[in-house]
Amino acid sequence: MLDGDKWQEILSTISKNKLRTFLTAFSVAWGIFMLVILLGSGTGLQNGINREFSGEATNAIWIWGGQTSKPYKGMKPGRHIRLKDADYSETKSNIDGVEYISGRYYIGGNSQVSYKNEYGSFNVNSAHPDFMHIEKIEMVRGRYINVIDIKKWRKVAIISEMVQESLFKDEDPMGKYLKLNGIPFKVVGIYTDLDIRNRGLRTIYIPITSAQAVFNGRGRIHNFVVTTGDASVAESKVIEDNIIKSIARRHTFDPEDDRAIGHWNASENYQQFQNLFAGIRIFIWMIGVGTLIAGVVGVSNIMMIVVTERTKEIGIRKAIGATPGSVLNLIILESVLIIAVSGYTGMVMGIGLLELLSPVFENIPFIYQPEIDVKVAVAATVILVLCGVIAGYMPSRKAARIKPVIALRDE
Amino acid sequence: MIHLKQLHKSYVTGNNRLHVLKGIDLTIERGELVSVMGSSGSGKSTLLNIIGILDAYDTGNYYLDDTLIKNLNERKAAYYRNQMIGFVFQSFNLISFKNAMENVALPLYYQKVGRKKRNKIALEYLERMGMLEWAMHTPGELSGGQKQRIAIARAMISRPKIILADEPTGALDSKTSFEVMEIMQEVNREGITVIIVTHEHDIAERTGRIIHLQDGIIDKELKPVELQRYA
Repeated sequence: MLDGDKWQEILSTISKNKLRTFLTAFSVAWGIFMLVILLGSGTGLQNGINREFSGEATNAIWIWGGQTSKPYKGMKPGRHIRLKDADYSETKSNIDGVEYISGRYYIGGNSQVSYKNEYGSFNVNSAHPDFMHIEKIEMVRGRYINVIDIKKWRKVAIISEMVQESLFKDEDPMGKYLKLNGIPFKVVGIYTDLDIRNRGLRTIYIPITSAQAVFNGRGRIHNFVVTTGDASVAESKVIEDNIIKSIARRHTFDPEDDRAIGHWNASENYQQFQNLFAGIRIFIWMIGVGTLIAGVVGVSNIMMIVVTERTKEIGIRKAIGATPGSVLNLIILESVLIIAVSGYTGMVMGIGLLELLSPVFENIPFIYQPEIDVKVAVAATVILVLCGVIAGYMPSRKAARIKPVIALRDE
Repeated sequence: MIHLKQLHKSYVTGNNRLHVLKGIDLTIERGELVSVMGSSGSGKSTLLNIIGILDAYDTGNYYLDDTLIKNLNERKAAYYRNQMIGFVFQSFNLISFKNAMENVALPLYYQKVGRKKRNKIALEYLERMGMLEWAMHTPGELSGGQKQRIAIARAMISRPKIILADEPTGALDSKTSFEVMEIMQEVNREGITVIIVTHEHDIAERTGRIIHLQDGIIDKELKPVELQRYA
């Protein structure tokens, strides 16, 4: 079936009918090209969204205080709920499924930060040691906030590489004191943030207890965040509910009161995005497969015309000794060759275009590394050959059934 | 070589049944040059198609070189055609996008002869037909006589036992017809049985025996000398 002579025969037939073959091939190449572009864009979008999420844990639950909207146990609505240290420690020790937890206390706005004669306006953020894992903070030198810092209210600061550059220039910042709103803090660590948008790099971290002590907020936290390990979305929702119920008990408000506590579950949000992608992927495949089917039907249709056009020729071949099998083979292989070559060309062009555009999307949010993976490419090749066989089957059956005597009937 | 016994053939189109051959008894010996004549509709083309295993018959028997040719599947029929029979047609039936050499070599392709070898043999046959210098031309670039020479070369390349020619000179002028007949006679002198279907008397005159068909039966067999009297 695959001897060189047969291919020679097919190639010479194709090369003698260039325009017809080209038009057939073009529809298939176009179909595959579009499928690759669509799949690549879909992957690009997904990579982009994943990149947006990469700076934070995707399993985080954020909790912050709100204002009650329902009367509860004789109390009027409209009370402000302020989170306390107890909310943090109770959650940490009594709620199952909490992996990391950190409270946060805001100093308010950007703070004046200075070292010697250098001044800058940076974000000062206070946190517990676990916050390092929640925000995916990577230490370059030194250490992050530790338990002793929290216990002893130590005035230490962890700065970013950006802060180091703007305040310390060439000087080694480790062990030096910088001033936050006029109060000296000792630099004990330098970090970098995996968040690609660098928004974290304007931040200086200090222990939450020190912040509360120095900036007049003893026992008070603005919000806290927990991560839930590898809990599913449903499990994460349960953990979230348990946390809210326990806060409701301590602060005496209706656990059903949506406004009393603010909360945001990242895993739920992340899951929504993942579902969206799954939807987009199905949509793209539907369009792509539809385009491919249109191409295959096109090839089949054209092969049908080709067979009709070549009725006489096939009749001649049969008269001089071509078996039905060899005619069947001839038409199917021609179809496979056209579809495989043109489909592959379309695929290579599609991948080429994606590669070409990939650097362009480097700095655009929500699109990153549009590409299709090797598995899809290999699968596509197999599918193309199969499509060729399918497209060639009906016409070749028709060709094999041509009776030599009918074909040779003179005009 | 060819032995037909009470051969019947009818075509069914819808509710109509057209009885074309109504009991043909015919024997053609090895090395004969025979012509088949008859008015249109007498069944001479049908007879040729059956002898050429292009068409099947209903009842009777057909022996080709002592082999019973009956109820063959397509594969088997293709094999016998390829091995035993060469065809020459009125409209030449060359493949338009193949050059003369490739056309002549095609039967050998179906005998699984390698490309180099079959092209070499094709050139030999073209040379015998005086067509060597046209080997790389496609049929569209050739005259009718030249095309028929190529068709004859193609019919001969597989060294068939019989050559069947259906109105081989029908599309040619009288001078070219004459030349083609010379070639057919020369082929016959090599020992190949040749059967020519024609309605031209001067073509039939040049064959050894004339079989005349009328309404699906052989009504007379003539010698060339008798033809003039008959006409």
